Amino acid sequence: MRHIISILIENEAGALSRVAGLFSARGYNIESLTVAPTDDLTLSRMTLVTRGSDEVIEQITKQLNKLIDVVKLTDLADVVHVERELMLIKVQTEPSNRAEIKRMADIFRGKVIDVTSKSYMIEMTGSSEKLDAFVAAISEHNIMEIVRTGATGLPRGVGSLTL
Amino acid sequence: MELSGGQIVVQCLKDEGVELIFGYPGGAVLHLYDAIFQQDDVQHILVRHEQAATHAADAYARSTGKPGVVLVTSGPGATNAVTGIATAYMDSIPMVVISGQVPSAVIGSDAFQEVDMVGITRPCVKHNFLVSNVADIAETMKKAFYVATTGRPGPVVVDIPKDITDPNIKVPYAYPESVSMRSYNPPREGDQAQIQKAVDLLLSAKRPMIYSGGGVVLGEASDELRAFSRLLGYPVTSTLMGLGAFPATDSQFIGMLGMHGTYEANMGMHESDVIIAIGARFDDRVTGKLTEFCPYAKIIHIDVDPASIAKTVKVNVPIVGEVGIVLKQLIAEINLNPRRVGVEVLAAWWDQVKEWRSVNCLEFDRESTLIKPQYAVEQLYKVTAGNAFITSDVGQHQMYAAQFYHFDEPRRWINSGGLGTMGFGLPAAIGVKLAHPDADVACITGEASIQMCIQELSTAQQYQTPVKIINLNNRYMGMVRQWQEFSYQGRYSHSYLEALPDFVKLAESYGHVGIQIDKPEDVTPALEEAFAMKDRTVFLDIITDQTENVYPMIEAGKGHHDMRLRVAPGTPIDRELA
Ligand SMILES: Cc1ncc(C[n+]2csc(CCOP(=O)(O)OP(=O)(O)O)c2C)c(N)n1
Ligand SMILES: [Mg+2]
Repeated sequence: MRHIISILIENEAGALSRVAGLFSARGYNIESLTVAPTDDLTLSRMTLVTRGSDEVIEQITKQLNKLIDVVKLTDLADVVHVERELMLIKVQTEPSNRAEIKRMADIFRGKVIDVTSKSYMIEMTGSSEKLDAFVAAISEHNIMEIVRTGATGLPRGVGSLTL
Repeated sequence: MELSGGQIVVQCLKDEGVELIFGYPGGAVLHLYDAIFQQDDVQHILVRHEQAATHAADAYARSTGKPGVVLVTSGPGATNAVTGIATAYMDSIPMVVISGQVPSAVIGSDAFQEVDMVGITRPCVKHNFLVSNVADIAETMKKAFYVATTGRPGPVVVDIPKDITDPNIKVPYAYPESVSMRSYNPPREGDQAQIQKAVDLLLSAKRPMIYSGGGVVLGEASDELRAFSRLLGYPVTSTLMGLGAFPATDSQFIGMLGMHGTYEANMGMHESDVIIAIGARFDDRVTGKLTEFCPYAKIIHIDVDPASIAKTVKVNVPIVGEVGIVLKQLIAEINLNPRRVGVEVLAAWWDQVKEWRSVNCLEFDRESTLIKPQYAVEQLYKVTAGNAFITSDVGQHQMYAAQFYHFDEPRRWINSGGLGTMGFGLPAAIGVKLAHPDADVACITGEASIQMCIQELSTAQQYQTPVKIINLNNRYMGMVRQWQEFSYQGRYSHSYLEALPDFVKLAESYGHVGIQIDKPEDVTPALEEAFAMKDRTVFLDIITDQTENVYPMIEAGKGHHDMRLRVAPGTPIDRELA
C-alpha cells in the first residue's frame, strides 16, 4: 500500500542523506521525497512517499524514528489528510491542437504559464493521482518534458505534526 | 578556562571519566596528539593498525560496560577504523571514535588524506557528527557519549577538521553537566498493560522458554534475568552474545541456541508454546528458516529498541523498555499474581528437555590421538577455573569457545557476533587486559584469524599486556572448510592455509613466549605453563585435528528441529506433552 510519511528532522547537514541512506541500505523504496525548511528554521520537514506491506511500513517508521536526528513523524495514510503535488508539464503544440490542450488543462484546473508558437508549459497541482490522470489524458499529444515535486500533505483539522 | 580545540577534546575525555584511549597518529590529528602529550590523565595506547584500536576499545567497553574511545587520523586512518566501527555497531557496543579530518577550508577538494568519514560510516554508526566550530566541541563530545551509552548502545563518530583543533585558537571551555536532545529519548519502563499480558501468558504456559540475548549483558540486567528465571523455573537458553548473563553451570541453563546451539535448546525452542525473548534480536543465525521458527509459540519480546521488535519474527506481546527495568516490572507483577504453572506440567516439560539433553550433542571423540579443539577449550576452562575473560576470533574455534567455556558471569565472553570479524580476538584481548590487569585473559583464535591483526603482538609487548593466545591451529579456515564439506562436496576452494608462519618464532620475535604442542597429553601441562607465566604474553600454538567439525549444526534454510548432529539421536520426540 502507498504511504505518505511526514518527518520532522533536525535541520543539520546530512539530514537528507541519513534518510535516503536508510532507504537504500535497507532496500525500502522511495517513490518521492520532498524536503524544505518550514517556519521553524531548526527543523526540516520531509514528505516521503513509499509503498510496502504493513510489516515493511512498520519497520520503515521504526527505523526512521531510530535516526537520532528525527524528532517526530507521522504516516498520513493513518489519518484523514490532504495531499498535493505540483507538476510542470511542457507539451508540443500544433495550430490544430492548441485549443484542445488548453481546454484539457482548464478541465484539470491547470494553468498555462509559458507559451511559444510550438509549446505550452502547464502548471498543475493536485493529488498525485490527479496529475497521473492528466498526463494520461494528454498523452496522445507530444509531451516534451515533465517535472513533479512529489507529494506533500497535511492532516485535516486541528491534528498536526508540530513540537 | 580558555583552551584550544585539541585541549578541549582531551579535557572532555577527562571530564567524561575516560582513562584509556586507543589510537594512531597522523597529520589531521597532530594538534590533538600534542594536547595528549602534555597531560597524563588520559592514557593513550598506541596500536599498530587502526582496526585494532577499534577492536581494543570495543572489547574494553564489552568487558567493563564503559564506553571505548578511539582516536584516528583522517583518510586511511579513518577507513582502517571502519571495520571495527561496524563490528561495534552490529553488537551494539558503546564507543566514541574521534577521527581527524582535513582542514575545513579544503573539505570537498579531494585534499590529501581526505575521505568523507561521516558519509562512509553513516550506515554503521548509531550517530555521527562533523564538528564545524571550536565552540561546539564540548557539546558535541557530550552528546556523542550520551548517544553512544544510552538506549540501545552503539558507536558514535566525531569527525574533527584539523583547523578546529588549532592550538592558536582558544575559546572558553565548560563541559556540559547534562544533555538533552528533543529528537532522542530512549525508552525506560515497559508499558504496564503489556507487562500484565506478558505475565498472563508466562503463567499459562505449558512448555515455556526463556531466550536471553546480548541486550541483557549490555543493559546490566544479569541479576534481574537470574531472579526472573529462578522465580519461574523455566529453561533458559542464550544467544552467542548473551552468554554469561545467566550462569552456564546452572541446571536451568540448557545451552546456546541457534546454528551451533545445543540440541536441547533448539528443540526446546521448536516445541515451546511460550517464549520470552529478552534483549535478543532474532538474528538469522538464531532463527534458522523463519517460516519454521518456533511454530507453536506465542512470543513475548523485550527490547529497548522498538525497531528490533517484529523485524523478522512476529511477536504477540512486544515490550519496549530497558531490559533490567522491564524484568523488575515482570518480577513484581508475577509476585502479585498467585497463579503458577502446575508443578506436574513444568516437570513434564523439564523431563522432555532432559531427554533432549541426554543426546549429549556436544560430545566428541575423546580417544583421538590428535588434539580435538573441543578438548583444548575444555581444558582451558579447567585450568582457568572458568574465571578468565575469553576473547575470540571468528570460525570454528569461536563456536568451540562458546560451547565449551562455560561462562557464569556476564562481560567475560568477548566476541564479534553480529559482524563476525576475523582479526577481532587479539586486539580485543589487549583491550580487556588493560581494563582488568589482574584477570586471566585468553584469546581463542585460529591460524587464519590471528593473522588478520597479528601486528598487535607488538602492542602487547609495548604495554606489557600478558594475554594468552590459544591458537587452535587446524591449518584450515575451518568454518569455511566445514561448509565446503557439507555443501560443496568437499571442494575446499581456498580454505587451506599454506605457508603458515612458525608461530613460536613469530611470538618470540615480538618478545613473547611461543609454545607449540600437537599431542592431547600436552594440552593441560602447556596451558598450566602458559597461565603460570603471569607477566608474559604466551602464544600457544595447538595443532588440532584438521577434520573436526562443529556440531550440532542447523544448515542454511533449515529449522531448529532439523539439526545435523554428530550422532543421530535415537530418541523420538513426543510433542503431545502435558
Ligand atoms: C574479515 C573476515 N573475512 C572473512 C571471513 C569469513 N570467514 C569466517 S570463518 C573463516 C575461517 C576462519 O579460519 P580460522 O581463523 O583458522 O578459524 P577456524 O574456523 O579454522 O577455527 C572465514 C574466512 C570473516 N568472518 N571475516
Ligand atoms: Mg583454522
